[in-house]
Amino acid sequence: MIDFELTEEQQMIRDTVGAFARDEIRPAARPADESGSIPSDLIEKILQLGLVRSAIPTEYGGDGDTRSAVTGAIVSEELGYGDMSIAAHALAPRMFVFPILEMGTSGQKERHLKPYATPSFRAASAALTEPSFDFDPTAMRARARRDGSSIVLSGRKCFVPLADQSDRILVYAAADHAAGFSGVDAYVVERSASGLTIGAREKNMGLKPLATCEIELNDCRVGTDARVGGENGINYSRLMSEMRVGLVAMAVGMARGAFEYARDYAKERRAFGVPIATKQSVAFMLADMALEVDATRLLAWEAAWQLDRAQDALESSYLARNYAADAVLRITDSAVQVLGGHGYIREHPVEMWLRNARGLAAVDALTIV
Amino acid sequence: MIDFELEPSTAQRVGMYHMVAEQMMRPISRECDENEHHRPDQFIQSMWSASSQADVTIGSGRAKTAQKAPRGPQARNIYTVVTTEELCWGDAGLFLSVPNSGLGGAAVMAAGTPEQKERFLKRFNEGAPKWGAMAITEPGCGSDSAAVTTTAVRDGDHWVLNGTKIFCTSGLMAAEKSEGFVVVWATVDKSAGRAGIKPFVVEHNTPGMAVTRVENKLGIRASDTAAIVLDNCRIPLDHILGSAEVKREGGFKDVMATFDATRPIVAAMAIGVGRAALDFVRDFLKQQNVELRYGVSARNLTALERDFMEMEVQLKAARLLTWRAAWMLDRGLRNNLEASMAKAKAGLAVTRITQKAVELMGPLGYSRKYLVEKWMRDAKINDIFEGTQQINMLIIARRILDYSSRELN
Repeated sequence: MIDFELTEEQQMIRDTVGAFARDEIRPAARPADESGSIPSDLIEKILQLGLVRSAIPTEYGGDGDTRSAVTGAIVSEELGYGDMSIAAHALAPRMFVFPILEMGTSGQKERHLKPYATPSFRAASAALTEPSFDFDPTAMRARARRDGSSIVLSGRKCFVPLADQSDRILVYAAADHAAGFSGVDAYVVERSASGLTIGAREKNMGLKPLATCEIELNDCRVGTDARVGGENGINYSRLMSEMRVGLVAMAVGMARGAFEYARDYAKERRAFGVPIATKQSVAFMLADMALEVDATRLLAWEAAWQLDRAQDALESSYLARNYAADAVLRITDSAVQVLGGHGYIREHPVEMWLRNARGLAAVDALTIV
Repeated sequence: MIDFELEPSTAQRVGMYHMVAEQMMRPISRECDENEHHRPDQFIQSMWSASSQADVTIGSGRAKTAQKAPRGPQARNIYTVVTTEELCWGDAGLFLSVPNSGLGGAAVMAAGTPEQKERFLKRFNEGAPKWGAMAITEPGCGSDSAAVTTTAVRDGDHWVLNGTKIFCTSGLMAAEKSEGFVVVWATVDKSAGRAGIKPFVVEHNTPGMAVTRVENKLGIRASDTAAIVLDNCRIPLDHILGSAEVKREGGFKDVMATFDATRPIVAAMAIGVGRAALDFVRDFLKQQNVELRYGVSARNLTALERDFMEMEVQLKAARLLTWRAAWMLDRGLRNNLEASMAKAKAGLAVTRITQKAVELMGPLGYSRKYLVEKWMRDAKINDIFEGTQQINMLIIARRILDYSSRELN
């Protein structure tokens, strides 16, 4: 039956994570953007919210909580409200852990989950995006080739979060470039693997606090047990949906922050003797921002709900992501606009949010629910 | 708990309404559009009979649901928006032409006493087809509905109404062609502004009420849109809905509050039309073996794929906002903000969706051989009536800024 109400538990999670984001993450955002680094004690504090260990089964040292995409979307939104880069950093290990959790062989779970159920932050990551202008997740160029008792990976990836700090990276590669979704699998690549080169830290327009690198796989050899899911492989389409939902939800949080910031500013800022919020041109921009935050959120929730019901969320998550890339850009752009000249200065957060928002069109994999 | 699935019984009704839309509405759609002032009597009679027999709600007949709720009270508004979408997928004009208590009934429900509800609404469950209508807009006032100049003056046992109303949906059918009624907004005290505006029930064929014009419109042509003149129109004293007392609260505010309930329905109307256009284009592309590649990077889509998917997600967004607004009503939550969001989004999105559909279909989209061009014309009104795009944005802005209508106008 149609229902838009969160469970009590979800409300509590939203309120808790939301307060944390507002009080702890938000104040750290601008300094992190300027310096390009995030205080490690903040990351440790976020880890204590249990967002990596929660879904890991108890036999591997986790909390054994049931994973819910809707709840994951709620958490992602609140963290994104704080700061997308800091959120992505803190949640990066999930990019490695969750696919194995969901689709790995028991051997892979045994080996790769326990290390991330630790009380202190341990970086891990996933490499999906490739450095070509026409990158398409359904036409992966990175290759996986069977060679005797090994698998040989080749290709280049970009925008790999925390690549330089992770001891394990999940690399998405295709046995067959033209096979679309069905050809792509995920491979556990350990830092020590031969043929793996971690590039220098990337410099991007936004998401600056998040350390991302290019990685190169030059006949990188891994064992056949590196292929997540063994002979079954992964459900790549589902993982893409889970990543898109997370990304959209996180962006909604940032967009909501941008709307609120612009709204509060417009009520205070005076021009022609009145608050600028009383002028229709500004008021209508704010109204559009509020509407689009809500609309984008509902699109993400619908896809999340389908995931929770083990339904195919490919279309809905894909459409939600395309919608969000546009909507969140417009919302953050409007926030800069409402603040006028002051919005352009690297003091108010709005210009940072605009720079972050433009990344949604380029990046497919930043987080996962 | 977050859930986007319809109850099975509601889903089943939607299926039934789809059949009505496909088998009863679509076949006469073009003909009704071409012959604007010709009444589709057979369709009207069928819809009337169906609604009396079964426990179904048609259109915005909230009066009917008060008497025969199709489901428990919980999901009534969700039920209404999804069935409205389905019927408007069929034909929005024909949907509006269906005999029911309409906005007139909504006004009675919002502002009438229990006795008035019984007296005025009972008729919609019996006898021949009837229509209820609401007359607010005047030549000089549309969005600023507090500026109505139609007057109601007490004279002995009667109210005497004088004024001109325009753009009254189903006005002709309600005022002259059935045993229906028109709810007329008039002021008992111009100096009191809003507080002086009251709703009055004027029975069909009351002397002094006359339909002077039935409009020729861009779309929704199967629905009659009437200009009504009230010239010393005398109605009984007890035809004022609610209290005659000029006070700060009540009356005007009550009826304005009905818009919180009707806006999601109008949004649903738009969504039905938008979906008709979308489904047509999708089916057409499929026949032409044009693929829609969901999952491919947006940059790599063809222009056509990209446009279509944009139309599709805009419609989804509008629908989710509409369902939320309806769900809030079902939960007894104040939904002024959310109803305006739904209407603002749906009105604009569907205007663009239907315009884009004509564009994508090229010369075929422009031709009156196909219904696509009609849907563009039918869609446009949803961004205008029951609160324009601009008014709804204003309402949203006031709510999010916590400004009164005096502070932001």
